[in-house]
Amino acid sequence: MPSYDTIIIGAGHNGMVCACYLARRGQKVLLLEAANEIGGLAAKREFFPEFQVSVAHSISHFSAKVIKELNLESHGFINPSLALPTVGLNRNGEHVVLAHDEGGAASLSGVSEKDLASFKNYQTLMYRYAAMLKPFWETVLPRIGVGGIAKAMTYAKLGLKLRLLGKSDMREFMRIAMLPARDLMDEYFDNDLLKALLSWDALIGSKMAPRSPNGPVVSLLYRMGGDFEGAHYLPENGIESLIYSLRSVAEASGVEIRTNAPVEKILIQGNESGLKVEGVKMPDGEIITATRVVSSADPHRTFVDLVGVENLEIQFANRIRRLRSEGYVAKLHLALHGEPKFTGLAGPEGRMIIAPSMDTIEFAYDDAKYGEFSRQPVMEVLVPTRYQSGLAPPGKHVISAHVMYVPKKLKSKWCVDAREEIKNKTIDLLSQYSPGLQDLIVHAEFLTPEDIESNFRVTGGNWHHADHVIDQMFMMRPTYEAAQYSTPVPGLFLCGAGCHPGGDLTGAAGHNAAHEILKP
Amino acid sequence: MPPTIIQDINQHNFHEVLRPTPFHPRVDHNCLTKNWMDWNGYLTARTYDTLAAEYFAIRSSCSVMDLTPMGKYRINGPDANKFLNRLVTRDVSMLRPQRVSYVVMCNDEGKVLDDATIFHLSEGDYRLCCQHHQLDWLMISSLGMDVSIEEETHDVAALAVQGPTSASALKLAGIDEIEQLKPYDILHTQLHGFEVMVSRTGYTGDLGYELWTSPDNALNLWDAIFEVKQKGFYDIRTIGLSALEMVRIEAGFILPGDDFNTAETAIRADRVRSPYEVGLGWVVNLDKPSFTGKRALLDEKKKPIKRRLLRLEVSGNKAPQDSFLYAGKGGKRIGTIMTQIWSPILKANLAMADVEFAGGSQPNDIWAEIYYQKELEWRVSWAKGKVWNKPFWTHPRRSASPPGSY
Repeated sequence: MPSYDTIIIGAGHNGMVCACYLARRGQKVLLLEAANEIGGLAAKREFFPEFQVSVAHSISHFSAKVIKELNLESHGFINPSLALPTVGLNRNGEHVVLAHDEGGAASLSGVSEKDLASFKNYQTLMYRYAAMLKPFWETVLPRIGVGGIAKAMTYAKLGLKLRLLGKSDMREFMRIAMLPARDLMDEYFDNDLLKALLSWDALIGSKMAPRSPNGPVVSLLYRMGGDFEGAHYLPENGIESLIYSLRSVAEASGVEIRTNAPVEKILIQGNESGLKVEGVKMPDGEIITATRVVSSADPHRTFVDLVGVENLEIQFANRIRRLRSEGYVAKLHLALHGEPKFTGLAGPEGRMIIAPSMDTIEFAYDDAKYGEFSRQPVMEVLVPTRYQSGLAPPGKHVISAHVMYVPKKLKSKWCVDAREEIKNKTIDLLSQYSPGLQDLIVHAEFLTPEDIESNFRVTGGNWHHADHVIDQMFMMRPTYEAAQYSTPVPGLFLCGAGCHPGGDLTGAAGHNAAHEILKP
Repeated sequence: MPPTIIQDINQHNFHEVLRPTPFHPRVDHNCLTKNWMDWNGYLTARTYDTLAAEYFAIRSSCSVMDLTPMGKYRINGPDANKFLNRLVTRDVSMLRPQRVSYVVMCNDEGKVLDDATIFHLSEGDYRLCCQHHQLDWLMISSLGMDVSIEEETHDVAALAVQGPTSASALKLAGIDEIEQLKPYDILHTQLHGFEVMVSRTGYTGDLGYELWTSPDNALNLWDAIFEVKQKGFYDIRTIGLSALEMVRIEAGFILPGDDFNTAETAIRADRVRSPYEVGLGWVVNLDKPSFTGKRALLDEKKKPIKRRLLRLEVSGNKAPQDSFLYAGKGGKRIGTIMTQIWSPILKANLAMADVEFAGGSQPNDIWAEIYYQKELEWRVSWAKGKVWNKPFWTHPRRSASPPGSY
């Protein structure tokens, strides 16, 4: 008899969501986390004595269904009522600000009347599309050509929803879904800061720039499926409250959680009728058996490192090897002994985007795609201590910034000097918008995608596990034969960001995987 | 460890459309017909003098064929066996050093990419020989494995020495241990001071060997063999690909690319074939825990077989070239002749035929519709086919050990 019904590898938010659903349906679940803290990239960690931050610093579209079904709010998660403003920083203080009021209505300032009018049209259309796609992020998209009428219905519904947009909006959707972000923004707007700001969420996390084709608009619509129609938020008790509330639900449902428990191999038994998962092997030789193993690790790590290509057929293994999962986002953490001041802002409010134009983003990308630092990086800056207490001693602050584009594979190889160079360059750039910042810095940490890969066991240091590009989305995520959470190895499932619908803090992959596992 | 891929970068003289093999000076001298053809980019003789004489050299004396153009890949490294066992449907985990195994490679859909022979040269060091170029597939297959793959098609010169007197001739040529070789054995030896590898393998269904050496020693190897003829001990004749085609069909060996479309070259979805459909079910070890194509083949095994490549003897004296096949004379069309020859030894038209199996069973009345010319006038006739479940022709000397002296 196997010791567990299900072993889940990785206590990131998707692994935990999946564990909660399975345990609540009576399964005996063991959740194994390699790190000494649960939460994965959302885990709060001390990067300097008394200063804490998590790599993921905001939430854009965590599943409302998961919050409700798992009752996360009674386990400590406080659903925020207000979204963070997004600020397109200008060196001279003339910023573009996109804010949302409590009712969710967006207001835009710092742009021309013409752009304001265009924004209304843009917003109306994009929200219609986002709303149309929204139900499908939390649905298992069936394998094409397999299964009966029930499965075909999922696609029929998508077709119907598309058709219900009306002829002109449907045609427009078909046209813009594959547009590079650049073309979409140029069609609507004049203001460079606004265009860079609005395209940011279409690009960040993937190897994509404004001129990249391959479906950035779909990636943007994915993020716009959140409660605040794409605006990010930060719970008042922090990103970690999401993780802690999930842990609380998991524990209450009987999930056994082990930290410092890296899995060495997924054990697979083979005979004449094929392969079957038996459990996992730990580094100390301990073997834990289970009816099924669910991996929230990225597809490459799961299949190549934990399963081993010898247990996979050649073309499938090759598709996993070819997944584009190279990270291009670095993380800057600054410990400050005072609140940073940004030119033209009363306080360090919201998500501040440093990207003067889409060309700046494009040029930053051009350097990185050939394995070099961006000569002028672009970044998203947040001061979480502005919204949440306890991350730093009173009066002290933390800056958290996503910096693009920093290649995982640096042509000259990552070393201490290279990291220092890009770190200083990033701080210099940030100081142009926040004069006096240099004097506030107590400590600076710079995590390259390579650091994120080794510290958080994410292939390529890619938050999304695999780029959000159209050929790696929907029923092709991560690749066919593994896109419905089951895999070619019976008993092995995926539940992480590498599955449909994808990365970011959403919980949808974990939810969908549990749904697929529990289906009658 | 990333896989190490060493590709051939030998300079190719662009003035030569086809590349001469290391044996070319002798091949060209012997080839009276100058009937050249392309085999994997090499200049290869279709016939040397007369087809009948070449054919009978294989079946009744000793034949020599230049085998150099065959795709050859050297595979070694810690994961070499794991790599091969995942690549092919047969279980080669127990293949001992100095042994050869006939195998088939499938894609994930369980469709045949090529057949091949694996030579376990010495512990952990393998050579894979196949009909078609497979470097790309081997590279794809090696991802995630600690294995080195070297294309050595151009770095190994090879001769097939086949026929009843091949063992005796090779013994006289100086390979003293030749009689010790059992079928599918490998021998590393010295001949007149250079290294040569001998395997008891072949594509003729007869007693025969394949000899492998470096291109530098190719002519020495050739001369050592033909010296036996010059001294008057045994007749030895060079043979081209046309004679080989006759004997391989007699012996019931398939030829991927001719008898059926290989999976990587087929464009139409119904043109690919599984090992079961081409009669290679015997090299599929479904009891092996996993290999590429296994899941698809397990599924296929549960359903009635759709079609088979059959060995078909067609009555009469008309060549059933490219003929359509019918269930009953004038009945429903059920297949096509893929390749066919006239067998001098059996006095019969022999063919490889692609035949549909309605309801999973073999049609019991197969007729060929044969178009033929009589003084430039086309005529049609019908001939009944007879299915052979065994090779058309075999001889005990093929596997006799030690081989008899002829």
